[in-house]
Amino acid sequence: MKPAPFAYAKARSVAHAIELLATDDARLLAGGQSLIATLNMRLSQPALLVDINGISGLDQIALKNGDVEIGALVRHAQAERSAEIARAAPLIALALPHIGHPAIRNRGTVGGSLAFADPAAELPACVVALGGKIEIVGPNGQRTINAEEFFKGLFETALTPRDMLAAIRVPAASADSRVGFAEFARRHGDYAMVGLAACAQADGKRLKNLRLAFFGVAATPVRARSAETALAEGDVEAAVSALDADLEPSDDMHASSEVKSHLAGVLLRRVARQLGRAPS
Amino acid sequence: MSERFHDIAVIVNGEEVRERVDARKTLVDFLREDLALTGSHVGCEHGVCGACSVRIDDVVVRGCLMLAVQCDGARVDTIEGVAGADEITDLQQAFVARNALQCGYCTPGMLLAAQELLARGGVPTREQIRAHLSGNYCRCTGYQAIVDAVEAVAQARAGAKS
Repeated sequence: MKPAPFAYAKARSVAHAIELLATDDARLLAGGQSLIATLNMRLSQPALLVDINGISGLDQIALKNGDVEIGALVRHAQAERSAEIARAAPLIALALPHIGHPAIRNRGTVGGSLAFADPAAELPACVVALGGKIEIVGPNGQRTINAEEFFKGLFETALTPRDMLAAIRVPAASADSRVGFAEFARRHGDYAMVGLAACAQADGKRLKNLRLAFFGVAATPVRARSAETALAEGDVEAAVSALDADLEPSDDMHASSEVKSHLAGVLLRRVARQLGRAPS
Repeated sequence: MSERFHDIAVIVNGEEVRERVDARKTLVDFLREDLALTGSHVGCEHGVCGACSVRIDDVVVRGCLMLAVQCDGARVDTIEGVAGADEITDLQQAFVARNALQCGYCTPGMLLAAQELLARGGVPTREQIRAHLSGNYCRCTGYQAIVDAVEAVAQARAGAKS
């Protein structure tokens, strides 16, 4: 199908984008790899598209005060090639090859992936696992929101229709950082049936500050807190059993609740092995 | 500037094109309908099949997931331009030699995706070739012959260099 008619404006700056977003029924256009598909299918019919691709400075990856800051317009492919991401955000580096296909990653953006908040997407779970922060600019200025409070529901975030996601920040990895990532998808590049992003700090032979974020199992990424406690104590099977208390996956077109629960346990065992190793 | 129709200037296959476009027109429809460059195919129209692949500023993208209006000031290369410039003659020949196409609907996108991988140099593993072509669907061949063709070209190009 073809999109319904809309007006188009190219934002010159973040302030200009916010100004344009004051129009009723305006939507931001970043990489467009989800938005334009929904326009083509007429699942969304905005009055105005505000294209932020021409705004300079939003495609930077930088280390700032112990955090890795990833600008909203950083493309997945750019992040995949980035030495800073590989070194300071190894969890995101592990997740990136699972996102869509090369041509999608050439165009799709990190900011867009978070703002879209698909429940089966990789990056939202990574940012939750890392305890990251989201930088938002709106008509009343700038604000910062913790990743866990950012994801509100199915495709729903703390962003209002007048806001723009400017950047994400995640704590830079240190020598004792441990990360793990795994997902099940029917084909490479598909959205996950179930996935798991995890990070921790090595504490001798044990793990501390362990955070497990599952995706594809609920409307938003879900922390598996009982499993975190069990796994931090080194008991992988107790952690797998604890998932019953942490997750209540609903049936969807990919798999039943029972299958997803089983797969979540399989992923946890795999990720537990990864967490035992220092990132290469 | 918040309007439906926009004037754009694009370098398509090395030639400057100036057109007035409706904002809702996707890049692949612009290429096919306005410029009669029908080598880029329209398949799923939501970014899944890869038949509409084109290059923007040397990067392969989905022609159905970009708007023509967004290409103002950019360089667009389609299969007509890339094949016409002799950039992939060896790859095209390998596709023919190994029956890596039947109906040919996916082939332009498949060639552009494969060339993006091959242009990085070296000889990718079969797994890397499959991963790189994972976003390009072929409903005829079963992919085996396509992977064979891409692998053969990678080996030949690496051999020619050493």
